[in-house]
Amino acid sequence: MGIDFIYPEFEVKRDRERCIACRVCERQCANCVHSYDEESGLMLSDESQCVDCHRCVSLCPTRALKIVKSDCALRENANWTTDAINEIYKQASSGGVLLSSMGNPKPMPVYWDRILINASQVTNPSIDPLREPMETRVFLGKKPDRIKREGDELCCELTPQLELSMPVMFSAMSYGSISYNAHKSLAIAASKLGILYNTGEGGLHEDFYAYGANTIVQVASGRFGVHEKYLEAGAAVEIKMGQGAKPGIGGHLPGTKIGSDISRTRMIPEGSDAISPAPHHDIYSIEDLRQLVYSIKETTGYRKPVIVKVAAVHNIAAITSGIARSGADIIAIDGFRGGTGAAPTRIRDNVGIPIELALASVDTRLREEGIRNNVSLVVGGSIHSSADVIKAIALGADACYIATAALLALGCHLCRTCQTGNCNWGIATQRPELVKRLNPDIGSERLINLMTAWNHEIKELMGGMGINSIEALRGNRLMLRGVGLNGKELEILGISHAGE
Amino acid sequence: MKRVFVDEQWCLGCHLCEYNCAYANSGADSMVKALKDRQIFPRVRVEDTGKITFALSCRHCSDPICVKGCISGALSKGTDGAVRIDRDKCVGCFTCILLCPYGAVMAGEGGAAIKCELCLENACGAPACVAGCPNRALVYEERG
Amino acid sequence: MKKEGQIRIPSGCAISAAISRSGQRITGEKIIDSMRPMHDRSNGLGGGFAGYGIYPEYKDLYALHIFYDSDAYRSQCELFIKESFEVVKAEPIPTRKTPEITDEPLIWRYFVTPLRSVLASAQLDEKEYVTRFVTRVNSLMTGCYVFSCGKNMGAFKAVGFPEDVGHFYRLEEYRAYSWTAHGRYPTNTPGWWGGAHPFALLDYSVVHNGEISSYDANRRFIEMFGYKCTLQTDTEVITYIADYLLRRQGLTLEETASVIAAPFWETIGRMDEDARRKATYLRTIFGSLLITGPFSIILGFEGGLMALNDRLKLRSMVAGEKGDFVYVASEEAAIRAMEPDVENVYAPQGGEPVIVKVKEGQY
Repeated sequence: MGIDFIYPEFEVKRDRERCIACRVCERQCANCVHSYDEESGLMLSDESQCVDCHRCVSLCPTRALKIVKSDCALRENANWTTDAINEIYKQASSGGVLLSSMGNPKPMPVYWDRILINASQVTNPSIDPLREPMETRVFLGKKPDRIKREGDELCCELTPQLELSMPVMFSAMSYGSISYNAHKSLAIAASKLGILYNTGEGGLHEDFYAYGANTIVQVASGRFGVHEKYLEAGAAVEIKMGQGAKPGIGGHLPGTKIGSDISRTRMIPEGSDAISPAPHHDIYSIEDLRQLVYSIKETTGYRKPVIVKVAAVHNIAAITSGIARSGADIIAIDGFRGGTGAAPTRIRDNVGIPIELALASVDTRLREEGIRNNVSLVVGGSIHSSADVIKAIALGADACYIATAALLALGCHLCRTCQTGNCNWGIATQRPELVKRLNPDIGSERLINLMTAWNHEIKELMGGMGINSIEALRGNRLMLRGVGLNGKELEILGISHAGE
Repeated sequence: MKRVFVDEQWCLGCHLCEYNCAYANSGADSMVKALKDRQIFPRVRVEDTGKITFALSCRHCSDPICVKGCISGALSKGTDGAVRIDRDKCVGCFTCILLCPYGAVMAGEGGAAIKCELCLENACGAPACVAGCPNRALVYEERG
Repeated sequence: MKKEGQIRIPSGCAISAAISRSGQRITGEKIIDSMRPMHDRSNGLGGGFAGYGIYPEYKDLYALHIFYDSDAYRSQCELFIKESFEVVKAEPIPTRKTPEITDEPLIWRYFVTPLRSVLASAQLDEKEYVTRFVTRVNSLMTGCYVFSCGKNMGAFKAVGFPEDVGHFYRLEEYRAYSWTAHGRYPTNTPGWWGGAHPFALLDYSVVHNGEISSYDANRRFIEMFGYKCTLQTDTEVITYIADYLLRRQGLTLEETASVIAAPFWETIGRMDEDARRKATYLRTIFGSLLITGPFSIILGFEGGLMALNDRLKLRSMVAGEKGDFVYVASEEAAIRAMEPDVENVYAPQGGEPVIVKVKEGQY
């Protein structure tokens, strides 16, 4: 009311001629937007609670519902946008730090969309993926500088590698930020596809140890759920130094999302906010990181590759050079568009750099130093499609991490209110009646469908370029051209402009 | 034979199965025409008291009590295994409703008894409740 | 218009080779003849040859073949040569005025050996020493280009049809136990002699017909190890890959072929355990040196050669033999031009190397 009042962002539009008052909308909205009035026999809506998650829209059997942006508007102002104004109202009212979920939604450049891919013609034939072998298998891990021989025979010892059937993995999303069923869907899909998923910093639920061969266990600054069995359970261990959505700060799980299961898995008390420290308090320098990497390797008997995940920030090239020399087998870089369950809005929207530029400069720098083959690079932070995967590999990545895309496959509609814990799709919630809504049979099937489709598209794009093994695309920048990019952007990406 | 099974683990109590069933058996060509501003007569019923929700419909028993108890011979088990009600023969005595241990037989429009017939007799061809369940709580399969 | 090296120029071509297993040395006439029937595979914008065993009197010295844009550049370069090498003999390479070959640069050769003291202080082995010298000259100096630097072998190349190039260089006056040849059909005008093929580094020479789609992936990997791809041609990067795998990593020819034309994972999956482990090992480490895209290459080296096609065999290559001579070429007609009674003519499978070695001690 009064000075605190912000008009609801969304309005529920119900087509009265179509509505049959089946009450599905009422039953399925966790925000209590819809209700049934017995007297009039009509469905009513309280739009002030609507978050535009489209649960009701998707389930309405007669398509009677739509959610629209309210046209109750403040005076147009290109400088003081409605969002900027409302954020001030909220802070004046609460005195608090604004919290947001999912990745940066602001209109910053998406470089993937300004990069074009080559196709072979005339001088070099394209290859038909339906009739010829087309290989997308990748091995992530440290490769040796020299081959070793015993007498005349090659000594085929390699440091531990992760074998992926295709160059995509599911990125870290903690148990706590997302539900048990979401994790189950990811674990099943990763196993069936021959790729990996990541526990995130919430530890690993004991029910999922069975999928260990397809699991990356994460060690983040809060060290939630980290014990010896946990490290042994996964196929690889990832040290999370930072994530793209909130470089410089740690994870944040509101106390409302911490029930008994989460509490036990994370080894923390129920109901209290789980806020991870900003740095790892035992890593204050690069040599400390090296120490942790080797501690983990000692604990796991040098049988598992160690991944170090960092957010893409200004001097990312120098940072990754240091990490490459610290014993890490794989470096994961998360761009500023990366998603999150909850992050301070200002940090999510203003800190970090685009993954496309980070990747290009890191790959170039590691090659300049002659150490590119000593680590594998995995990148994430808004990989939207198989075309983005191809472009990432051509810029120099070994594989991509996807998270938002995976959640979309599970039913997420990017309403960006994960931090409330009321996810109507059963993904970013711990409420049992909501978690139920994500059936892992359906979830895993949809993830498998998505990845299968992407893998096929990757093969089609590769075939068009005359490439039949994905390693021949890695770092192959001549296969890319920029369009509408300025000289500096082209220089950093290491590609020419279309037409050249 | 294939029957409709429900997994209460996934049933959300959304009641969409009821509406899809009522529409499928209405003979109308749009759900709005079939169901708007009327009482609906689905052959599946969602039991949703308390924590568990469960969509209940005819089990097409191998030895149906309802068939035995039907005084007019309206109920019968076909060669395909499905138990059907011949609407013309039904006299609305509701003995079947009393007899069914699952509560799967219900009162239909106009007083005759109705029950799930696996959408074998209507334009759907396969159970509409299964097709319309958003969470695969209802499945149509053969078990043992 | 950008010159070769500033821009990548794809091209189609013709290749051929003749080698004697007993080390018998023949003149360049036959190899020149082999290029005639394949005339239409070239467009006159590049041709070249490599001969092994051509300088028996200087067999322990490195034979540097260099192009110069002018005498001034030659003086500059010779100063630099003398800082690193002892020059036993320096002379222009004998050529014959040929109307089809025009705009020739100065073409010189030097028979050299590394200065002992400089070599000792650099603490490198000879071959690495020579490689680094050549890389420095070709990437940092202007107006001069070293296009051959092996012992008792040499590359001869120019802008023109290969038959004319062979005639120009008077190849009938040389005797070699192994000859390779190349004719080029570039889709841009290179206008520069250094860009013709074969590409040579130490005793490795490569002639290549094809266009590799993995070029930039290969280049950006190999350049980590000191090589500089100044020409931006496939042949150059293939030669550096061969040098890196064979000389610096110590792989065998078969292992090198298994890296460049690695078997498909499906094929590897069907191998016996030992072979499978090796193939997986090599492919995992050297994945960035896998070459995709059509290629048929002939890699010449001291004492032999290896011919190899890409895995899908997207370019032609035929092999045959007669007596102790083995012939490889893009077309059977080329082989028959060298040896009309050739026997056992066959087309090697994609990915399957044809390795011919000269008898030990005969070269």
